[in-house]
Amino acid sequence: MIEFLKRLFGQQGSSATAKERLRLVLMTDHLELAPEMIESMKRDLVELISRYVEVDRERIEVNFERQDRTLAMLANIPILGVNRPNGNGAVTHETPRPQPEPVAGADAPSDAPAAETKPPVRKRKRRKKSQRARTQLPSTA
Amino acid sequence: MPESDEAKRGRAIVVTSGKGGVGKTTTTANLGTALARRGARVALIDADVGLRNLDIVLGLESRVHHHLLDVLEERSSLDDALVPDKHTDGLFLLAAAQAREKDDVETAKMQALVLSLRERFDYVLIDSPAGIELGFKNAVAGASEAIVVCTPEVAAVRDVDRVVGLLGNRFRPQLIINRLRPQLVRKGKMLSVEDVNGILRLPLLGVIADEPEIIVTTNRGEPLALRAQSSTGAAYHAIAARVAGEDVAAPVPPESKASIFERIGSMFGGKRR
Repeated sequence: MIEFLKRLFGQQGSSATAKERLRLVLMTDHLELAPEMIESMKRDLVELISRYVEVDRERIEVNFERQDRTLAMLANIPILGVNRPNGNGAVTHETPRPQPEPVAGADAPSDAPAAETKPPVRKRKRRKKSQRARTQLPSTA
Repeated sequence: MPESDEAKRGRAIVVTSGKGGVGKTTTTANLGTALARRGARVALIDADVGLRNLDIVLGLESRVHHHLLDVLEERSSLDDALVPDKHTDGLFLLAAAQAREKDDVETAKMQALVLSLRERFDYVLIDSPAGIELGFKNAVAGASEAIVVCTPEVAAVRDVDRVVGLLGNRFRPQLIINRLRPQLVRKGKMLSVEDVNGILRLPLLGVIADEPEIIVTTNRGEPLALRAQSSTGAAYHAIAARVAGEDVAAPVPPESKASIFERIGSMFGGKRR
């Protein structure tokens, strides 16, 4: 019945699919065309997270991944230590997680830094609207 | 250059799309015909070097003796190479070279040529090749404005988005949506004008329906804009008026929401694709 009503009143057929595919493909295109935007987003992200924890700036990875109906940003930010959790409770909501039990003889996960005190956190952010970031043709005038 | 010189010059508009086969050449021929029928002097340049087509669409293929590269390489004068249209006064074609390659065109020479045409014509329409490589860059080089042609397809919209990004703000690109099939839009089987331009967000010059008569007129080498009584021909004239700065509505084929009966009909009437 819901399907019936959808077809009666909503957008139906393959044009909705086309629109959805177009929206996602353009988001991906615009991100690909704007590496400097991703760099600056990375910097801002690091700056924000560094207020709470010490991160390994050299090993940050930011990727974008197509999921079912959205584009997801996946950031892998290795944390080296927690910044001075002070007594007044200002940043104490970031309670350190218990360290994973090291398995004797087995290697640590290859993407975890050796000196790490915590496993890397995975931050997921959903991006809603496409960014209109485009590269420009050098002016030929 | 002094402002007054620039103001006296004609406008050089590149017609481009990124994707091939969306109707750049047909659009150029029809828009040029419609502009010239308004009394303007119009030069059309086929910048698709190696794949000369604009002469065919205009029905001028037997009259082309010199081409763009003959002029650029000074084997022919501009006057000898400009072919007067056989249907419309004030319309001229500078054909592409068929046996050469796009990379043979020197960008600076192309710029100079377009500039000299702007001294003599009210409009210089440059039919760009598909792609975003040197051929596109040369077509764009002399232009001051751009018209982008897009069909209601995912790939075409994506390519136009890319081309508009490459053009930047300097060319103030305007959009023509081509080959729209209102019946399919009504049934939800084709992207609508709103779907396409909701994403591209460009000033819309107009929408051209996918009509069999375009094929027939192209077969004959007579642009549809010669027939102002046909609805598509009239749409090209409305687009030309808008290009000329007249305050007329962008032509859009009737495609208002499907009636409830049509929706019910399409639900029971067979497979959705």
